[in-house]
Amino acid sequence: MTARTGQEELAAQFEQWRRYVLRRRELQPSDADELEDHLRGSVDELIAAGLSPDEAFLVAVKRMGSLDELSREFAREHSERLWKQLVLTGEAGSPAADTRSRRDMWAMVICAAGAAVSIKAPELFGLRLADDGAFYARNFALFALPWLAVFLAWRRHARRPLIATLVALFGLGAVAANAYPLAEESKSLVLTSIHLPIALWLVVGLAYVADDWRSSRRRMDFIRFTGEWLIYFVLIALGGGVLSLFLYHTFNAIGIIPQEFISQWLLPCGAVAGAVVAGWLVEAKQSVVENIAPVLTRLFTPLFTAALLAFLVAVGWTSHGINVDREALILFDLLLIVVLGLLLYSISARDPLAPTGLFDKLQLALVVSALAIDVLVLLAITARITDEYGTTPNRAAALGENLILLANLAYSAWLLLRFIRRRTPFTALERWQTGYLPVYAGWAWIVVLLFPPLFSYV
Amino acid sequence: MKVAKDLVAASATPMVLGILADGESYGYAILRRINELSGGELDWTEGLLYPLLHRLERLGYAQSSWQSVAGERRRKYYRITDKGLAELAEQRRQWDTVTDALKEIWLGLGERRPLTAIPLGCRA
Repeated sequence: MTARTGQEELAAQFEQWRRYVLRRRELQPSDADELEDHLRGSVDELIAAGLSPDEAFLVAVKRMGSLDELSREFAREHSERLWKQLVLTGEAGSPAADTRSRRDMWAMVICAAGAAVSIKAPELFGLRLADDGAFYARNFALFALPWLAVFLAWRRHARRPLIATLVALFGLGAVAANAYPLAEESKSLVLTSIHLPIALWLVVGLAYVADDWRSSRRRMDFIRFTGEWLIYFVLIALGGGVLSLFLYHTFNAIGIIPQEFISQWLLPCGAVAGAVVAGWLVEAKQSVVENIAPVLTRLFTPLFTAALLAFLVAVGWTSHGINVDREALILFDLLLIVVLGLLLYSISARDPLAPTGLFDKLQLALVVSALAIDVLVLLAITARITDEYGTTPNRAAALGENLILLANLAYSAWLLLRFIRRRTPFTALERWQTGYLPVYAGWAWIVVLLFPPLFSYV
Repeated sequence: MKVAKDLVAASATPMVLGILADGESYGYAILRRINELSGGELDWTEGLLYPLLHRLERLGYAQSSWQSVAGERRRKYYRITDKGLAELAEQRRQWDTVTDALKEIWLGLGERRPLTAIPLGCRA
């Protein structure tokens, strides 16, 4: 072996050792530099003492001791490194990733600014937020979600057909929201304000999954995205609330009342821009920070199960019928949505190959008790709808949603039972849930497009 | 003979500060120097030295700078600050107190009798 090949081999060994060191979260590139210099000092000395480069390297590494112990000592001094930090720009490791995250951030800033401008643009045509509440209630999703879709489509280099589909669907949403002659106090207006965001959110989902819209895995990713986005959005909204509170009271103290600025500018612009920022945050941090929605699911599944079972026991014990007044159906719709959310987000975090456990049984109990309650409610309410109140758009929509959720949960319970008995694999449940997404989209579009003419714009 | 771990840990800061007070230095050289000074009895690991250096830097007792040596190799040099010198003086005062007291005790013991074990049961 010549001296040159020896040196080359040594360089390769150092490279390998460095990669090994950098796998530790406690050790950063600058630490690796420092330790490598140490190792080289040690190797040089051993070579000078007569060892071959190979031997010198082995002895030097051995002397440095186990990497476990070393990183433990480093962790004691740098405990902050054990907390995963979201690095927004710079220090992302490689220069390529660095420029990518910087470009993402600029795209996000542009989209957020676009959303903020777009919600103020109608004022140019005399539609003021204070006076034309109905216009903004129907349209608010149209000021935020298209921008989020633009950001996602840009990030995924969406192809032309997809972009055309997105534009067409958002256009359809805009037409549905504004073409019908709905009075300010009409029921259909409320329904449109609730269902258009749902329909448009699933259009955002189309931008999210991009070309793989048939893939169950990508759809599940979109469900994860939805959960995290919601949590980030709520956090941003809380921060915005604190900011406006301080703004209001500090300016109040010097005799200026910034109420109009806050309600006309800060809140609407902040809300639509926040929707884009939340989407960007989820994209930027998805591999850095643990998903929080599944953690909340774990926490609340047992609690909700206990609450629902207690309710069922109370109904059976007192033999009280459920008092179905006007809001009952909506309340129980919301309950089903919460149960579905608990189910979805624990599915989203579950390893499909893991064996069945106690938590799966708990989930089955949760779903079955929710179903039992819902069936009681439906039995009580269908009789009333037909003879007492008659059908209104609100009641028809609530009933339709209830049936859609009921069908979903009933089949989910069946699949869960079969999974617990080891008859079907877990992925069957996952595929059922992701396959069901278009049903929600279809229903939301039906409510937005067909309900107003069906109920003659009341 | 190996020096106990607690003692090594307790004496590490004044030793490193003392070595840095002599002039700026880097990790490997500091480790060599300590080995020399203790005749190989003080067994310092890299896991002790580098986090300690980072701590001294964080506390403002030392400053570091990257310098390039021999081609592409970079080396992190540490230099003591005024605050570090003050800390060294304080530590030195404390260590003097401890070692002086210990010396008195060793001396007193040496005058009376050699250290031998006294069986407890013999008193009765």
